Amino acid sequence: MLSLENIINGIHTWLNNTFDPTLALTCEFVLLGITAIAIFAVLGLVLVLMERKVAAIMQIRKGPNRVGPFGMFQTVADTLKLIMKEGLTPDGADKVLFNLAPFIVMIAAMLLLAPIPFAKGVQMWDINIGVLFISAVSSISVIGILMAGWASNNKYSLLGAMRSGAQIVSYELSAGLSVITIVILTGSLQLSEIVNAQQNGWWIFKGHIPVLISFVTFIIAVTAETNRAPFDLAEAESELTAGFHTEYSGMKFALFFLAEYINIFIACAIGATLFLGGWMPFHIGNWEGFNAIMDYIPSSIWFVGKTFFLIFLMMWFRWTFPRLRVDQLLNLEWKYLLPISMLNLLVVTVMAIMGWYF
Amino acid sequence: MITQYLFYFLTFTAIFCALLVVFSKNPIYSALYLIVTFFATAGHYFLLNAQFLGAVHVIVYAGAIMVLFIYVIMMLNLNKEVEPHKSNIIKIAATVCGGILGLVLIAALRETELGEITEYSNNGIGLIEKLGNVLFGAYMVPFEISTVLFLSAMVGAVFLSKKNIH
Repeated sequence: MLSLENIINGIHTWLNNTFDPTLALTCEFVLLGITAIAIFAVLGLVLVLMERKVAAIMQIRKGPNRVGPFGMFQTVADTLKLIMKEGLTPDGADKVLFNLAPFIVMIAAMLLLAPIPFAKGVQMWDINIGVLFISAVSSISVIGILMAGWASNNKYSLLGAMRSGAQIVSYELSAGLSVITIVILTGSLQLSEIVNAQQNGWWIFKGHIPVLISFVTFIIAVTAETNRAPFDLAEAESELTAGFHTEYSGMKFALFFLAEYINIFIACAIGATLFLGGWMPFHIGNWEGFNAIMDYIPSSIWFVGKTFFLIFLMMWFRWTFPRLRVDQLLNLEWKYLLPISMLNLLVVTVMAIMGWYF
Repeated sequence: MITQYLFYFLTFTAIFCALLVVFSKNPIYSALYLIVTFFATAGHYFLLNAQFLGAVHVIVYAGAIMVLFIYVIMMLNLNKEVEPHKSNIIKIAATVCGGILGLVLIAALRETELGEITEYSNNGIGLIEKLGNVLFGAYMVPFEISTVLFLSAMVGAVFLSKKNIH
């Protein structure tokens, strides 16, 4: 059967048979880099279009519909426009940090692609601390945002960056705690192990209400960490012009924009991997026929489907809820989400020790 | 072979950036060089196959640097004109203190034995299972005491930030 795993193994054996191992490894690295960049470009284009279309549906209008069929090439046209524009560096800005910041945000987003299992046997780096690696690398992008805000030498940018810092410092806690519940249930930090543990049922079904609670806190915290509405205080248009990227233009702005959408994809991919079984197909108990039909759908389609479902969820509440104030945002985290997720962690630990999950 | 080159590269980066932390004029740049230093140190952990320690190092220090960054922006006065001039006696005192600290460190490090580092690279000493067993086995009491210390520091910070409570 033609699957991603077989294609990759085929390329691997062909390269190793044709060239000597060192050259083959180099070739694989280059191919991997090209694939990562291609994934980036395609995801950026697709997600921006999806956001605009979802927004249009929510607001009962048509959305982009001029360039190409159903406006499908609108984002391509926008990207071309951004590439053609001049990338200004303001006179009063700290030139080095100002130009470095978008790349740091981008590199952090790219590194996060490494441990994600895209399909059965398709994973760039199956590191044994996968979950920790993700939370370690995702905290780097804040430094990029803070650099951008400070180096712009602009009050709005600085305010946006400071808000972003405060927000991520707080919401990282409940995101981490809700991830740890799954780690406790699985007994491993390795993402492939976490996926394998969900062979007989996804954690969200196996783990009863506590896992459901941690799933909800995870989604809220991740929305806040990716600076999206209703938590988009770092770039609140009505208050701060555009927040930390007010001074950026052209391709440097596009990099921030792209990194934001990639971060959404990665956050949702991790949510799908931890709670919804990653590439594992949907199985119901002993229904052999039903399970066989589900197995027939390729694992990559399952992964992409789940991830895009979560992305749709995030877009849905972007266009449904109004933006929070700063004090409301911090109250929500420190007074509600953090105590709830701490208690929830205890409950899950008891559940894991007593074996009360399926 | 390649690990040796990586080791030299990481060590050089760490030391060079650590020096730049001290020598750069702008506190923001100091904070950023500190990040690079921490990343180089985390790279050393990864070379020793202590992936857990490396990742935790990055998590803790990237978070800490973020706070430091905000602290620098908010608390330190970045205007050069109003920066208070430090008198010579303070400068001399600082140099002497730093020199004495360096002397103590050198005296302490001179006696240490280098051991065989390569021995540790393959038995998974830095993996979570072993680390957990050691922390909650042999070093149970010190570990718990340090958590109490952290808790008291947290309570203290909360108490200090609430100024209207007398």
